[in-house]
Amino acid sequence: MVSRDLVIVGGGPAGMAAAVSAYENGVKDILVLERDQYLGGILNQCVHTGFGLEYFKEILTGPEYAERFIEKVTRVPEIEVSLKSFVVHLAKDKTLTYIKPGKLETVRPKALIMATGCREKTREMVHIPGTRPAGIFSAGLAQKLINIEGLLPGKEVVIVGSGDIGLIMARRFTLEGAKVNAVVEIQKQSRGLLRNVVQCLEDFEIPLYFSHKIAKIYGKDRVEMVDIVKVDEQFNEVAGSQFRIACDTILVSVGLIPENELIEMAGVELDKNTNSPVSDEVNETSIPGIFVCGNSFKVYDLVDSVTKDSVIAGRIAAEYLRSLK
Amino acid sequence: MLYDVVIIGGGIVGTSIARELSRYNLRIALLEKETELAFGVSKSNSGIIHPGTQNPPGSLKGCLCVQGNTLMRKLSKELGFDFKEVGELIVAFTEEEIARLRQLKKEAEALGVPRTRIVDGRWLKAHEPNLSGKALVALYAPTAGIVSPYRVAYDLAENAGRNGVEIRTHTRVEGIAPAGLFQFEVATSSGIFKTRYLINSAGLHADDVARMAGIDDFTVRPRKGEEFLLDKKRHYLTNHVIFPLPTKISKGVLVIKTSDGNPMIGPTAEDISDKEDLSTSDAGLAKVLTEARKLVPSIDENDIIAYFAGLRPVAGDDFIIRHEDKVPGLVTVAGIQSPGLTSAPAIALMVAGILKKKGLALKKKLLFHKKRKHAIHLFEIPLSRTKKLIKKDAGYGEIVCRCEMVSAKEVRDAICHGAKTMDGIKFRTRAQAGRCHGSFCTTRIMKILAEETKKQVTEVTKRGRGSELVKEDRANG
Repeated sequence: MVSRDLVIVGGGPAGMAAAVSAYENGVKDILVLERDQYLGGILNQCVHTGFGLEYFKEILTGPEYAERFIEKVTRVPEIEVSLKSFVVHLAKDKTLTYIKPGKLETVRPKALIMATGCREKTREMVHIPGTRPAGIFSAGLAQKLINIEGLLPGKEVVIVGSGDIGLIMARRFTLEGAKVNAVVEIQKQSRGLLRNVVQCLEDFEIPLYFSHKIAKIYGKDRVEMVDIVKVDEQFNEVAGSQFRIACDTILVSVGLIPENELIEMAGVELDKNTNSPVSDEVNETSIPGIFVCGNSFKVYDLVDSVTKDSVIAGRIAAEYLRSLK
Repeated sequence: MLYDVVIIGGGIVGTSIARELSRYNLRIALLEKETELAFGVSKSNSGIIHPGTQNPPGSLKGCLCVQGNTLMRKLSKELGFDFKEVGELIVAFTEEEIARLRQLKKEAEALGVPRTRIVDGRWLKAHEPNLSGKALVALYAPTAGIVSPYRVAYDLAENAGRNGVEIRTHTRVEGIAPAGLFQFEVATSSGIFKTRYLINSAGLHADDVARMAGIDDFTVRPRKGEEFLLDKKRHYLTNHVIFPLPTKISKGVLVIKTSDGNPMIGPTAEDISDKEDLSTSDAGLAKVLTEARKLVPSIDENDIIAYFAGLRPVAGDDFIIRHEDKVPGLVTVAGIQSPGLTSAPAIALMVAGILKKKGLALKKKLLFHKKRKHAIHLFEIPLSRTKKLIKKDAGYGEIVCRCEMVSAKEVRDAICHGAKTMDGIKFRTRAQAGRCHGSFCTTRIMKILAEETKKQVTEVTKRGRGSELVKEDRANG
């Protein structure tokens, strides 16, 4: 088993900012484990602009924002990056087991920062009744299909939920020549940023239905249509308000959940409702020496906030390591 | 060409019969209308190998179930699928239910279900800590087990194929013309199959197939069941399969331990008319949650990661397994609802017996490949073994599905062993079946499937023609 001062799980914006910050605060032995084949995480598929306004005072695309940190991380020899490295086990004493092509490794860090990001809530989590044909995607998956793979998932789209990724994808689909027939939001207002509602929906005249939900999905092999129904203050269906929209694709954008299954495995206490670690101090957990930052600590609206949060995590991990000596 | 036996329907029953008959010198074809096997009734099976309780004495169901429970263990060793003997508990909450429980125990004993006993509240607390404190006693049947229903069907079919059975998917039966005694011409979407014996194991459509051959004395009615799957991280929820007392039409809403680790709750039981209606409902979820929580109160709605509906093929109270004397050579295997999976190996033996009685010569092959290698699933083996595997094949170190820990090598193996669709890969490996529901792994799996089957990504389907995942490839025109 290898011993390290600091291991960071996740090489997205959070993990990279934490690594750089820890290094700048005196940590000289850092290992970043990233499961994908490149650093940058989800930023790589966010080809739209709007990143960096707060942190860099510039408007950048996702990959540009990522690139600034990738440069920093790869320039520092004390930060070792291990790509295609997938953590399969985390023990209470911080011993990590990870696998990569050709290898299974065990490493025991003195301090651990988890920067594992978040995942999208699924259709299953919000219980949309109906059939389960092809054509139902999380907004993030649709974004990856279009922006990374160059594949168009569908041509007639209904979007469930007005989260930012859903709004951005409404515009993206429209620009790709598909038709977005509706964005359906169960709440009375948008979950996403106002600027995204304006720039992604209103500018393209995409109808947004507040206080509405999908009552049923139809289609045997591929999505064919959905029933949409108005809901009252208690989210109960309003009788007689139902209408039907034809579509071949449904995007689900109903919120994000911190991805904290690894620290849960290690016995870190999680809040049942938010899936965030229960903690008295920012970035800390119920196990000393295990820190959590970025969207796995708390789901942020902006990557700039993720960076800020992760810079703090890097610093307190460095302080923790000093306190051990 | 003349076949000795044509089997219509590639679910658990059809594949069991195919594998059983593949021991003999026979020319056999198995016809399945879907793109992959087990995509009909079998795909929604909960994977319980019943001990034989909860069947009326003297019923075909009860007798075949008890026999099937024993045979399934042997099959699991031969074909290399996991069989875990976890035991079942039928729980009583009132004095009246205790009386019924004693009756169930008597009936089970009459059927030959081994080692059943009534366990008290103290035993339950010690052995099933998450069970409701209101449970008074339970009927414990230790021989209940769990398997992955699709893997059983796929392994049976693969082994049958290795022993010479022709497996024809995407082959829909369109007409059956009796061409003399023990002569049939089966018209299908992929041509005509001539055969001496015909087995109708067409599940929900067994009555439609029977009518094509001139048999119209039974109807198959779909009874819908909605099932809800919980996150694998709640694998410890129960140690046994937990039942309430059965009702007239079903075994009730259960809390099921599954062989993949994800607890399952359900099913509902609703008689419907549409054989293709697999929709789920809010009412179904509400019912299942309420009922399941009576058994295990700590079940959390937030832990539900997937749900689906299945249709049980109901044709009266018991199975229908018989030779049709009106149409010599035709064997009907219909109404195989629960305990159909458990009974399948016994049904196969019974069908072989019927065929023999009706003149089919069952001559054993000189070389019958009885064994099949156990497929590797990283999620069910210790990390120490994973380490060795990765050294042998780097593909095991390339994790594709993060939620269920499935490697690229397992996905490629699944394709190599017959998976043609995204659902086929999911059923075989559990990739895309976890808490993110494929959000992170779909693109990767699509690409592997396209590459291995030498197709365009735009041709990749969820479960067959018409269910293509994406509409256009902008990058490659």
